[in-house]
Amino acid sequence: MKPPPFKYLAPDSLEQALELMAQYGGEAKPLAGGQSLIPAMNFRVAQPAVLVDLNRITGLEYIKTAEDGSLAMGAMTRQRDLEFDPQVAERVPLLHECMPHVAHPQIRNRGTLGGSLAHADPAAELPVVAVAASARIRAQGSRGERWIEAEQFFQGMFTTALEPGELLVEVVFPPAEPGIGWSFLEVSRRRGDYAMLGIAASLSLNAQGVCSAARLVFMNAGDGPIEARQAAAGLSGQQPGPEAFEQAAAAAQQEIDPLGNVHATVAYQRHLATVLTRRALAIAAERARGNGNLPAAGAA
Amino acid sequence: MENHQLSLVVNGQPAEGQVEPRLLLSDFLRHELGLTGTHVGCEHGVCGACTVQFDGQPVRSCLMLAVQANGHEVLTVEGLADSREQLHPLQQAFWEAHGLQCGFCTPGFLMTLVPFLAENPDPSEREIREAISGNLCRCTGYQNIVTAVRLAADRLRAI
Ligand SMILES: Cc1cc2nc3c(=O)[nH]c(=O)nc-3n(C[C@H](O)[C@H](O)[C@H](O)COP(=O)(O)OP(=O)(O)OC[C@H]3O[C@@H](n4cnc5c(N)ncnc54)[C@H](O)[C@@H]3O)c2cc1C
Ligand code: FES
Ligand code: FES
Repeated sequence: MKPPPFKYLAPDSLEQALELMAQYGGEAKPLAGGQSLIPAMNFRVAQPAVLVDLNRITGLEYIKTAEDGSLAMGAMTRQRDLEFDPQVAERVPLLHECMPHVAHPQIRNRGTLGGSLAHADPAAELPVVAVAASARIRAQGSRGERWIEAEQFFQGMFTTALEPGELLVEVVFPPAEPGIGWSFLEVSRRRGDYAMLGIAASLSLNAQGVCSAARLVFMNAGDGPIEARQAAAGLSGQQPGPEAFEQAAAAAQQEIDPLGNVHATVAYQRHLATVLTRRALAIAAERARGNGNLPAAGAA
Repeated sequence: MENHQLSLVVNGQPAEGQVEPRLLLSDFLRHELGLTGTHVGCEHGVCGACTVQFDGQPVRSCLMLAVQANGHEVLTVEGLADSREQLHPLQQAFWEAHGLQCGFCTPGFLMTLVPFLAENPDPSEREIREAISGNLCRCTGYQNIVTAVRLAADRLRAI
């Protein structure tokens, strides 16, 4: 189908875009990569009266390493650029690892980081990674800017903390701490399809090689990025290994709240959560050993 | 809604148009410019039949507004071969290896795969299958498409 008529505005500065967003209020929607918004308009599920196209704005598409080692990325950074950027691979390997799973190459060529986060699809990779890696999101409105922790940003199915008229402008990932390992895994019918279930995990080991902290954040396991906090907390103080990971996996699959869909029943999603948690923790532990001052032990 | 003036380069030639903002790039190419080689299967980004190159990168033309192409370059399947008499090596390989049956999906595959082969001249079967994960074909079963890509890759490397 085709979109219904709308007014199209293509400002070339962020200031202008914010003015237009304020002027048109709830009638206006920003257009980023269009890879979720245009299909919704073609289906007429979304019928904005005004589109404010962000694609002509220069200065929202960048990837920069700050002095403290954190990585700052503009909202309009294309997913394809994240996929191949060496700074991303080095600084936020979790993000690097998830990128090939975000839709197909043709879609990543247009789709943006900010668009995916603002869209807040519970089955999307980027929101889950943003939460697992403690990213901070900078939002700007006509009344100024504010920072929002990724954990607070996602407020349910396709719902974020952004106020009407506010734009997501930047995402900052903190530097990885020594002794931390990560893993991103998902199961989908085909590469690039939305996953039946996925996990972004991190695991920290202390100088004795004992688990000191963990995060387990799930995709398509509820109404947004779903964090299994109790399962992760249970890992603290444990020896990393099959026994501890098995326990964490069993706890995590109970803590999530998958909804089931045409490709996967709730029971199957819970099964996937068990298997992926176990595998992700084993990989994360191995990487944690390689990332600290610890000897790389054989059995994980 | 007011129309927008559009001027861009399509297949190396300047093109102009007066378009409603809601006109999709796919429809502009097909209906305004008569370039019907760009096929439209689903209009929600899933089938890949409408894939064209936008500033050299494959994109879904059904997920872009024609106005967004103002000042940019678009390449469609009509612009792939150097001349009307000669097929592009990838088209030739699709023909020889039976990489198509009805042909509906073929323009989208070609426009996806030409930039892929430029980036990755010697891809493995797995890489090829990942590269075409965003293109649906209801006829071939993909096997001969993969064969065609291997064949084209071998020939393109020899050029
Ligand atoms: C066939 C297909 C398969 C896909 N598969 C996947 C997948 O497996 N995983 C996945 O994660 N995604 C997938 N996607 C979605 C894709 O990643 C989109 O690019 C992404 O969801 C939205 O990003 P966008 O830049 O295209 O945003 P748009 O579509 O332009 O915008 C999405 C929403 O966010 C709002 N918005 C955009 N930018 C901003 C901003 N800066 N500030 C405030 N609001 C903003 C828009 O108003 C709109 O409501 C798929 C899409 C298609 C068509
Ligand atoms: S018509 Fe564009 S992807 Fe199907
Ligand atoms: S050849 Fe018929 S759809 Fe691919």
